[in-house]
Amino acid sequence: MPRYAMVIDQSRCIGCMACVVACKRENDVPPEVYRTRVLEIVQGNFPDLTTEMRSELCNHCDHAPCVTICPTGASHYEEDGTVQVDIDKCVGCKACIAACPYNVRYINEEHGYVDKCSFCQHRLKEGKKPACVATCVGGSRIFGDLDDPKSEVSVILRKTSHRVLKKSIGTRPNVYYINQYPKKA
Amino acid sequence: MAFSRRSFLKYAAMSAGGAALADTPFISAEARAKAEGGNVKYVPTSCEMCFWKCGAVAKVVDGKVVKLEGNPFHPQSRGKLCARGQGGIGQLYDEDRLKHPMIIDGPRGAGKYREASWDEALTYVAKKLKAIAAKHGPESIGMMSHGSPGDYFTNVLKAMGSHNIAFPSFAQCKGIRDEAWLLTYGHKPGSSCEQVDLENSRVIVLIGTHLGENMHNSQNQEFAEAIGRGAKIICVDPRYSTAASKAAFWLPIKPGTDTALLLTWINIIISENWYDKEYVEKYTEGFEQVKEAVKQYTPEWAAQETELPMRQIVESVRELSRYAPNVVVHPGRHYSWYGNDTQRARAVAILNALLGTWGRKGGMWLPPKANFAKFNDDIPAYPPASKPPLIKGDFPFAGGEGVTQVLRDATITGKPYPIKAWFVAGTNLMKTLPDQRLTRKAIDNLDFFVAVDLFPTETVMLADVILPECTYLERHDGLFKIKTREAGVAIRQPAVEPMYDSKPAWWIGSELCKKLGLNEYAVKGNGMDAWEGRMRRQAKAWGIDYDKLAKHTGYVTIPGSERPYITADNQPVFNTFSEKIELYSEDLEEKGFDPVPQYEEIEHPEKGMYRLIYGRSPVHTFSRTINTQWLWELEKENEVWLNKKEAVRLGVKNGEYVRLENQDGVRSNKIKTKVTERIRHDCVYMVHGFGHNAPRMKRANGSGADDQKLITKYIEDPITGGTGMRVNFVKIIKEA
Repeated sequence: MPRYAMVIDQSRCIGCMACVVACKRENDVPPEVYRTRVLEIVQGNFPDLTTEMRSELCNHCDHAPCVTICPTGASHYEEDGTVQVDIDKCVGCKACIAACPYNVRYINEEHGYVDKCSFCQHRLKEGKKPACVATCVGGSRIFGDLDDPKSEVSVILRKTSHRVLKKSIGTRPNVYYINQYPKKA
Repeated sequence: MAFSRRSFLKYAAMSAGGAALADTPFISAEARAKAEGGNVKYVPTSCEMCFWKCGAVAKVVDGKVVKLEGNPFHPQSRGKLCARGQGGIGQLYDEDRLKHPMIIDGPRGAGKYREASWDEALTYVAKKLKAIAAKHGPESIGMMSHGSPGDYFTNVLKAMGSHNIAFPSFAQCKGIRDEAWLLTYGHKPGSSCEQVDLENSRVIVLIGTHLGENMHNSQNQEFAEAIGRGAKIICVDPRYSTAASKAAFWLPIKPGTDTALLLTWINIIISENWYDKEYVEKYTEGFEQVKEAVKQYTPEWAAQETELPMRQIVESVRELSRYAPNVVVHPGRHYSWYGNDTQRARAVAILNALLGTWGRKGGMWLPPKANFAKFNDDIPAYPPASKPPLIKGDFPFAGGEGVTQVLRDATITGKPYPIKAWFVAGTNLMKTLPDQRLTRKAIDNLDFFVAVDLFPTETVMLADVILPECTYLERHDGLFKIKTREAGVAIRQPAVEPMYDSKPAWWIGSELCKKLGLNEYAVKGNGMDAWEGRMRRQAKAWGIDYDKLAKHTGYVTIPGSERPYITADNQPVFNTFSEKIELYSEDLEEKGFDPVPQYEEIEHPEKGMYRLIYGRSPVHTFSRTINTQWLWELEKENEVWLNKKEAVRLGVKNGEYVRLENQDGVRSNKIKTKVTERIRHDCVYMVHGFGHNAPRMKRANGSGADDQKLITKYIEDPITGGTGMRVNFVKIIKEA
């Protein structure tokens, strides 16, 4: 089985929001909620400023607090390394929303279940990359299989220093952040 | 939709590489639909959420567009779409669209209309236009337009005998730049897109150009690619834009002094011998005159004028020169800033020439080599213009696209002759032209005003007859010539049938020709597929396989057209009088302008006033997309960026609503303040296009503030007629 992961090259993100709208449409995400977002975090004083462009989404953690806390087993691990929500089992108790340290889950108000990024599992099954990756104008989002040592994500993580969000809490995310990976030599 | 294993296998076999996940795993739109089965259809077409004309593929299920993707074959999209392109479905299914032809039923501006059939509306329009043409001459009918509908109504007007047609893309945008480059290189710096070889650039200079926020798909893909490869960005902008955040050098220049910096850079490059001597010798004229003319622009002087550290001025240009010619000073796009903008564009053009970028890898690629056979579908020649067109005003280098405000002025003054009717298609003039008071005055002066549009904008709702165009996802247009590094042809075709009683602009124009008794100018054939018949004939004339285009790829390349770099057997052709790059312009000199750009100081705001600058958001296209569901949701209103120290001084908090009042006492809607370190103290910034005054556009109406309302002052560039619009000063008024 594959073990899916995403690598985000923050240097290449130009904040265009194509990923956000692609996801919204691909997954019929309800109004005013999102499965992914792009933050432009600026620090310093004029004119000495620095920026971090940070795309955030479900980290598909190996140790996912949302799975641990879910009383019904709706939030669960799948064999492909992703964390998914079985909406038929979800009772909408929102425990997972409270437990998630990354604030990437929302309640589907119309149907009452919790939802979040699925790494576009339906597209993966069709041999396609997640919608956000496919349309990423900057080529900032890179997706692949960590069990395949030749996959782009495996190569990048071997060769490039990387980090995950809130590493110290031990969730072991599968979304990695890098700064400038030269794709072409 | 269920996806069977069998269809998956077929699908996987089709996609290159098979098992590997692909960005856009398909070869042909038709084959892809067949593989998926069911009621799925993939329609390759061209996006019109902005004017970059990306190739898009619409996924249609049971007659509904459910997804839009970038066409991998199309060089402007390369398999990707931006946020707006993805959001195009929102435009198609926007419930606020114009649905039926409407005829005014009350005074102008009262918003009272009655629905009419197409036959009634077009008969009425034809009768009115004929009467005006008979009384005042056909030249008294003027047109302004943006985007693809323009072609069809240009045909109508020219057939009637009027050439008074103007596009805001000239005087309110990039026409100024184009003319400056034509004077220098004999070429515009690009037609479908700027000829910048960003993906191979070592250093990219952006003068106010805010890539990332100014979202043109392929150009931004290349910009990110350049950053990923470690190219150095030099960003000149009073605001710390997203592009500035990627820059090795951010030069927070004092607004209005860009030409001082550019001329100083030119001086440094020449005096330090950093220019490309061989290139300058071989391809340019007038080097010695430039050298003399820029001597006065020293780094010390520039530091004072631009309020940039001298070290930064010198170090950035040293870096730029070091990697020349694999560098580019981006020609920019929206150029109507200060009223002396042609000379700024000339300075950029000259700087590029001295660095030898034209025709060099990482610089500017040479235009593709392709000859398209002439095709006009045997439409007869137009009658001569009834009177010489007035649309160039007194501007010696106004381009063929015309100068919009000249047409507006003539409508108000009746000079040099009266303009009595307007035909406005696809442009919201109230938000496009500076000084809305004059636009309104001109409209009030009209005997007749027809608007063709998708939405009931503030301009449309002043028209006497409103004709609802269908969206780009519901119509044929083109064929389009696409000129990137290669030449190619792209198609626009409907993914679904037009909704409501909306119609394609080609049909509206063609039917109007018939109503005017100008049948020979109408599209040949009858019915809704007449234009497609024309497209097929055009494809044949051009030697293009129409079916391949329509069913499979949406875009085809003209083989052998790509010759981007100078080689021994691929020499650049400059369509100037000297057949060289004219650093010194005799054309300008002859008309009494500086043959080499000279710095002109402009007026700066007094303490307590801020220069109003404006720009783009990556999720909106001017005022056109504000009402579009997902795009509106992402950015519902604009903010005014205010320097933090100034905010503290004024006691304005981040997120607080304020109003802006300009030098003429005109006040904006309320607007949220973004208190930030990301902008200089002497200017404020907002995204253009918000603050609609259009009650029938429910989401957009009243959201944010309209920069154009505050642009009551504008300075016309004497060379091209471009309207410098960054010359307005505002103060911040706290809400009581």
